[in-house]
Amino acid sequence: MAITLTDEVVRNAVDTAALTRRLRGLRRKGQMRALLLIAPLMFFLLAIFVLPIGMLLTRSVDNSEVALTLPNTVNALASWDGATVPDEAIYAAFAADLKASPREDVAEVAKRLNYYETGMRSMLLKTARTVRNAEASYKDAFIAIDEQWGTPRYWRILKQAMPELTDFYLLAALDMSRNEAGAIAAVAPENAVHVDVLLRTFAVSASVTLLCLLLGYPLAALIARSQGAVANTLLILVLLPFWTSLLVRTSAWVVLLQSRGVVNSALAWLGLIDPSQPLELIYNRIGVLVAMTHILLPFMVLPIYSVMKSIPPVYLRAASSLGAPPLSAFWRIYLPMSMPGVSAGGLLVFILALGYYITPALVGGPRDQMVSYYIAYYSNQVTNWGMAAALSAILLVAVLILYAVYNRIVGIDRLRIG
Amino acid sequence: MNERFIAFEGVRKSYDGKSYVVRGLDLNVARGEFLTLLGPSGSGKTTTLMMLAGFEAPTHGTITLDGNRIDSVPPHRRNIGVVFQNYALFPHMTVGENVAFPLKMRRLGKAETTERARRALDMVRMASFDTRRPNQLSGGQQQRIALARALVFEPQLVLMDEPLGALDKQLREHMQLEIKHLHGRLGINVVYVTHDQSEALTMSDRVGVFNDGTLQQIASPHALYEAPANPFVATFIGENNAISGEVVELAGQNCRIRTADGSVIAALAGDGLKQGARTTLVLRPERITLSPPPGSPNRFTAKIEELIYHGDHLRLRVKACGCDDVRVKVPAAQAQSFQASGTDIAIGWAPEDCRALALA
Ligand SMILES: Nc1ncnc2c1ncn2[C@@H]1O[C@H](COP(=O)(O)OP(=O)(O)OP(=O)(O)O)[C@@H](O)[C@H]1O
Ligand SMILES: [Mg+2]
Repeated sequence: MAITLTDEVVRNAVDTAALTRRLRGLRRKGQMRALLLIAPLMFFLLAIFVLPIGMLLTRSVDNSEVALTLPNTVNALASWDGATVPDEAIYAAFAADLKASPREDVAEVAKRLNYYETGMRSMLLKTARTVRNAEASYKDAFIAIDEQWGTPRYWRILKQAMPELTDFYLLAALDMSRNEAGAIAAVAPENAVHVDVLLRTFAVSASVTLLCLLLGYPLAALIARSQGAVANTLLILVLLPFWTSLLVRTSAWVVLLQSRGVVNSALAWLGLIDPSQPLELIYNRIGVLVAMTHILLPFMVLPIYSVMKSIPPVYLRAASSLGAPPLSAFWRIYLPMSMPGVSAGGLLVFILALGYYITPALVGGPRDQMVSYYIAYYSNQVTNWGMAAALSAILLVAVLILYAVYNRIVGIDRLRIG
Repeated sequence: MNERFIAFEGVRKSYDGKSYVVRGLDLNVARGEFLTLLGPSGSGKTTTLMMLAGFEAPTHGTITLDGNRIDSVPPHRRNIGVVFQNYALFPHMTVGENVAFPLKMRRLGKAETTERARRALDMVRMASFDTRRPNQLSGGQQQRIALARALVFEPQLVLMDEPLGALDKQLREHMQLEIKHLHGRLGINVVYVTHDQSEALTMSDRVGVFNDGTLQQIASPHALYEAPANPFVATFIGENNAISGEVVELAGQNCRIRTADGSVIAALAGDGLKQGARTTLVLRPERITLSPPPGSPNRFTAKIEELIYHGDHLRLRVKACGCDDVRVKVPAAQAQSFQASGTDIAIGWAPEDCRALALA
């Protein structure tokens, strides 16, 4: 009897394993077929999204200019101990590199070295110009151009700038750098800007998200409760901002909020403020928050509305039949049930706000610029792709961490966009 | 016993201000009664229930509960348990939290809340499910949780709006019995809405039949079936043959009706029947017997039009008394004797089994 039972159990166990395998196989087949269908989209995304962004991000650690322009110097310095004055071979290798390289490449290297030490740029350009006509001994020629070439200092900087990968930009984006000993340390407070900017970016985005939620939730509830034509009209009004360009909407806020703008004039006319001392509503944090909240509000309202729309009114009736007064019914039933929309809207608005550029640039003051402004500054104005890429990378990582935390707390499967 | 535990007086309800969906409802329900509202779709059953629960306000008339008018009492203070058609279990709470919700709203202590929620779940035999979410339950299980939730705060009155509509036949019959037993055990009032007549007949103390916003008849299942007040009720409850004719003789409880082909049928007279008036005779298919002995009352010749096999019984559609659609229900055991349509047979029924109703 006992033996039969065991046999039975074993046979069942084997069958279960085979069945599981078979099911998994079937499911995989289905998934492959689905993948085939979205293959064109995948390639499109890969080509226009993943690749360029990936390439941009590699710029944040890329440091190949020096190694490419000065290959001999790199070789020669590899065995240098970093403490003593280099010997003639190293000077000769450096001179040969400078002679062989086109001017633009040397200029790139010079710019790169200037990040480590101000003044290196003009010094290296001058050295390159002069060394083109120099003969051995190169050591003397270099020292004749600049005394400092006779000390290990410049050579150490050169060596530090040499590896193909660098954490220089990433550290700089966090207001840190390596000192001469190679240890990571915070930069001097007067040079520290990036952490401030990152924190400000998160603070502004969080405030905008909160404002959008406070304004958007009741609005979404109102639309979800209205019927037919009224609901449609309200929805169109919510979407109305999308009909005009972002730039126009932002400029409209300038007209409204400036010191002789509509708002100040109206307040002065009502006698609420002194006309000679208008409220400062623009080119500061207030302006940024007002304009960004206005622009991002639809992204909060729509997901919440779509979730609310799918909550049957019978749940509220059930709650009140069970003895819940209206406020409790809202708090314990309606709010939790609309939460997936709130999280979706919140996440959407927050992430969109993180990347905002035009609006803070137009209606904010110098202390309200967000990280995108600096990314644009580094990539457009000073062509420092490394810094632009590093700031982007840090922003991306911050968002991913946030997303992971969010997923942990709320659960991404509870999110409903529409 | 308080005969007027629930009382509707002249209650009317209009949603759009143009037409009434409930017109002039007068209804008394005794304490502890199981009342079922039965009627076709759109007849105003849910509306009536919702007025009682407080989700809709009557346009005219008053509703009293245990002697007190409840028009101005908001739903959350009426203390009426409601089981909704699709259960309306809160999806973001576990089964246990759902059942504890009404107790929490009543600010009961933690220990008592837990204890009473557990007892309520025990009652519907779902205690082991209290940490599950509603979407992890089958329809019948959800139904039981909804029931537990509506009963846990011990309301005197529970309203149920087609609670079994979504279940399959077997589960439905099982749940009907369970609800019936719970009602018997707890001694509460139940107002139950359905459009399934067999459900109404098996479960209720009394059944109210609605049509088009009016209460057609309210009576015990037996009275409803045996003595329908009008042709609508007769047709709506169970199967029915409607034979029209004219009253040729009226003597107290009894009357004689002449049909279109001149046959004269002896029948019971319904309320308000008048000599010489047109009338509809109602006659249940299962009360018609085949080949009654010659000389018995109401014996007629009928021509078989159609035979339909139903397993345990056989249905015949025959032409008799000037009506070409008279249905006869024959137990399978008696069915061997005839095979073909087109044959003539004799049918008959007792005068007490058919009733002549006054036309409105
Ligand atoms: N909220 C509402 N607004 C307008 N008309 C309504 C509303 N609710 C119900 N009605 C109308 O009132 C009438 C009665 O509806 P009710 O829901 O009471 O019917 P019912 O008897 O419960 O029907 P069913 O068996 O289909 O549930 C119907 O004609 C319906 O269209
Ligand atoms: Mg209904």
